Amino acid sequence: MSKPEAVKEPSMDMQKAMIARNYEAITSKHETGRKVSNTFVPGNLNELLMCFDIVNNLPEINAIQAGMRKASGGYIMEAEKSGHSEDVCTYVKADIGQMSKGNIAPNGKPYPVPDVLMLSYTGCYTFMKWFELLREEYKCPTLMLHVPYEGDGHSTKNMRDYIVKQLKEVVIPGLEQVSGVKFDIDRLRQYLKNSAKAEDDLVWCLEQGKVKPSPIDAYFGGVYYIGPIFTAFRGTEDAVSYYEMLRKEVQGRIENHQGPMTPEGTYFNDQKYRLIVEGPPNWTNFREFWKMFYDEGAVVVASSYTKVGGLYDQGFRHDPDNPLESLADYCLGCYTNLNLPTRVDLLAKYVEEYEADGLLINSIKSCNSFSAGQLMIMKEVERRTGRPGAFIETDLVDPRYFSAANVKNRLESYFQMIEQKRRGGGSKTVAA
Amino acid sequence: MSGKNKSVADIMAVCQEMFEDLNFNYARKWKAAKEGRKVIGFLPVYSPIEMIHAAGCLPLGIFGGGDQMEVIHGDAYYQSYICRIPRSTIELGVTNRLDFVDGMIFPFVCDVIRNLSGIWKLMFPNVWSKFFDTPQNYDKSIGGTYYIQELQELKEGLETLTGRKISDADIQRSIGLYNENRRLIREVYAFRAKQPWLAPTSEVYVLMRAGLMMDVEEHNQMLKDYMAAAAKEDRPKRDNVRISIYGSFCEQPPLNLIKSIEMAGCYVVDDDYSLNNRFLMVDVPTTGNPLEALAITYLENSVETSCKYVPDGKVKGQFHVDAVKACGAEGVIYATPSFCDPALLDRPMVCNKLSEAGIPYIAFKYAENSGQMQPIREQAGTFADSIKLWS
Repeated sequence: MSKPEAVKEPSMDMQKAMIARNYEAITSKHETGRKVSNTFVPGNLNELLMCFDIVNNLPEINAIQAGMRKASGGYIMEAEKSGHSEDVCTYVKADIGQMSKGNIAPNGKPYPVPDVLMLSYTGCYTFMKWFELLREEYKCPTLMLHVPYEGDGHSTKNMRDYIVKQLKEVVIPGLEQVSGVKFDIDRLRQYLKNSAKAEDDLVWCLEQGKVKPSPIDAYFGGVYYIGPIFTAFRGTEDAVSYYEMLRKEVQGRIENHQGPMTPEGTYFNDQKYRLIVEGPPNWTNFREFWKMFYDEGAVVVASSYTKVGGLYDQGFRHDPDNPLESLADYCLGCYTNLNLPTRVDLLAKYVEEYEADGLLINSIKSCNSFSAGQLMIMKEVERRTGRPGAFIETDLVDPRYFSAANVKNRLESYFQMIEQKRRGGGSKTVAA
Repeated sequence: MSGKNKSVADIMAVCQEMFEDLNFNYARKWKAAKEGRKVIGFLPVYSPIEMIHAAGCLPLGIFGGGDQMEVIHGDAYYQSYICRIPRSTIELGVTNRLDFVDGMIFPFVCDVIRNLSGIWKLMFPNVWSKFFDTPQNYDKSIGGTYYIQELQELKEGLETLTGRKISDADIQRSIGLYNENRRLIREVYAFRAKQPWLAPTSEVYVLMRAGLMMDVEEHNQMLKDYMAAAAKEDRPKRDNVRISIYGSFCEQPPLNLIKSIEMAGCYVVDDDYSLNNRFLMVDVPTTGNPLEALAITYLENSVETSCKYVPDGKVKGQFHVDAVKACGAEGVIYATPSFCDPALLDRPMVCNKLSEAGIPYIAFKYAENSGQMQPIREQAGTFADSIKLWS
């Protein structure tokens, strides 16, 4: 018997159609003549790419797609057979392994050779190597935008100036050359205006995690909420419409005192535990993973993963009046470009503001950018908030590193710990 | 500690003692010798140590705990699937072995070291610490402008820490001393490449590591003494193959691993161990704006290693091919710490380039506390034999 299809909300269907259109645009570049850029999610320059009519293809998203379709395991093995280490990022290996298997996009058509690799080097060292590796395969130009790390907990004028200068002197001329389209800053301003509008609605939705019962799941549901704004749609009218629709859906649930919808189509109203989650989700067993939470009555009210493509909830908006500076600030402020003390501050703040029972960390084996130092983060957040933390380990898209029994055991123990804390009066929170 | 007419054994005894001393007694004594002195730790791969020196501080290379230290507390901070150097560095910190260190510089290397800089801020809030990001754009007007300002901010941080201004002349003097250090290091490397039986890498390695923990002028003398003494040693030339080792720029291998490779029939004639004091490949100008001089030398004449971006894909890995040819190596051992993202992701690209150039190679992983040398010896020995028989 085949597995039942996940029940989707209208906004999810809309997003699915948007993604399908983008894959069609990518894979039909030879027919349409449109140029394609591969680029990364954190610190992406989607509005800028749109100024040159360039279609945006995101290897991380392709790896996630492969993970959710259970194809990534084979791709990773293929990459390892060709000399890639078992130790490194599985997004990279899924991407590279996929090439040797025909490089087929989710719509069944082959990914084309990109016209440019737009290397926005934000918050992850692996990005740099990844595109050096892809450059060897695709033999196409690479535009490097180096975004300095906020090691001292803040950005500086020097960092911002450096990024703006690279945009002006490397990225924009490079994109003009690749596309044959002249840069028009007013076009960029218009896209940034759309971005800011969509960002307002996204933030409103994410902040509803403070409501009890929470009308959103800010992790498993959250990955859908951030989809358009983190990827190829920020700056588009489509994204504006998507977030208007999402906002109405969330508003409707609040009015009906409903929780988020589970993939089984039921509203998750009986929420016993409110969690903050740090780290990306596992994609190969995404539904199974999600089910472990709602089966136990655990809803995620805020997460750091939904900030990896921008910390809009902390006030950042793309600014049409300062377009290039605004792109620089955006790149600098992505979650994994923040230093550990800043990440601790943010997570502790979420625990308090969202009245959560504690912090759960999903530590990803092959993502050092997120994972290195997470044990320290857990200890610090526990110390500051007095609420328990827990640690589980999975991987992004390598099915060999998802042990359902281990994860379930750890989650159950964690929920027991929260119960004990409540009985002992150690937690300020009560069940929603 | 050093002086003329020292034997290799005398010099090695000093270096070995410093290499094994996880209480950093040399640095402690240096600090205690004069009131107000400060010690600044720095991690691999590159920090502008001239700036630390110009501030009147001792630059102290921190290379983890090696294979002599049991990591107990450090494991509570980093997961098992993360390389060992951050865990053993934390172990050094929480066991008070670095309690005399006044500041720490965490250079660009990878996400792990980057995040370690934040952990340090949380664990040791009273220690000045700095994540030092060098540019990946090598255009003078872009990356250069950025880097000069970063150096200026580093200078101001050091000035605040020490309470004294750093003049251009201070920096130029330090640059001059480190230029001499780099020149002498290049001479030692050239000496080893020419007569590797007289300068085994197990010696050269500890000689270089000691240099990253001591006063630069003292190390300069030590390098001269070593070359003079090594040239006089009566050591037989063996039928070994000449190999280069790459991929080991951050977490260092145990000394026994280097010895095992040598015992397996390899003369190591080039390596990228502890790159810090030879990251810049030429003299830095000692006239004009010293910050500009450091920045431009970094942009134009620094080594190619995995934590740096190579803008031109056509030349990716060519640096290694050229280095192999320059030192006359017959093959390459690409030795990488486990879980080292930059080196492991670089490995296929660099090794492809070696293959294209007809240079044989093998690859393996290690950790700073690897204890089982038999597989390494067998692999290196087989590699050496294969070169002798078929290359």
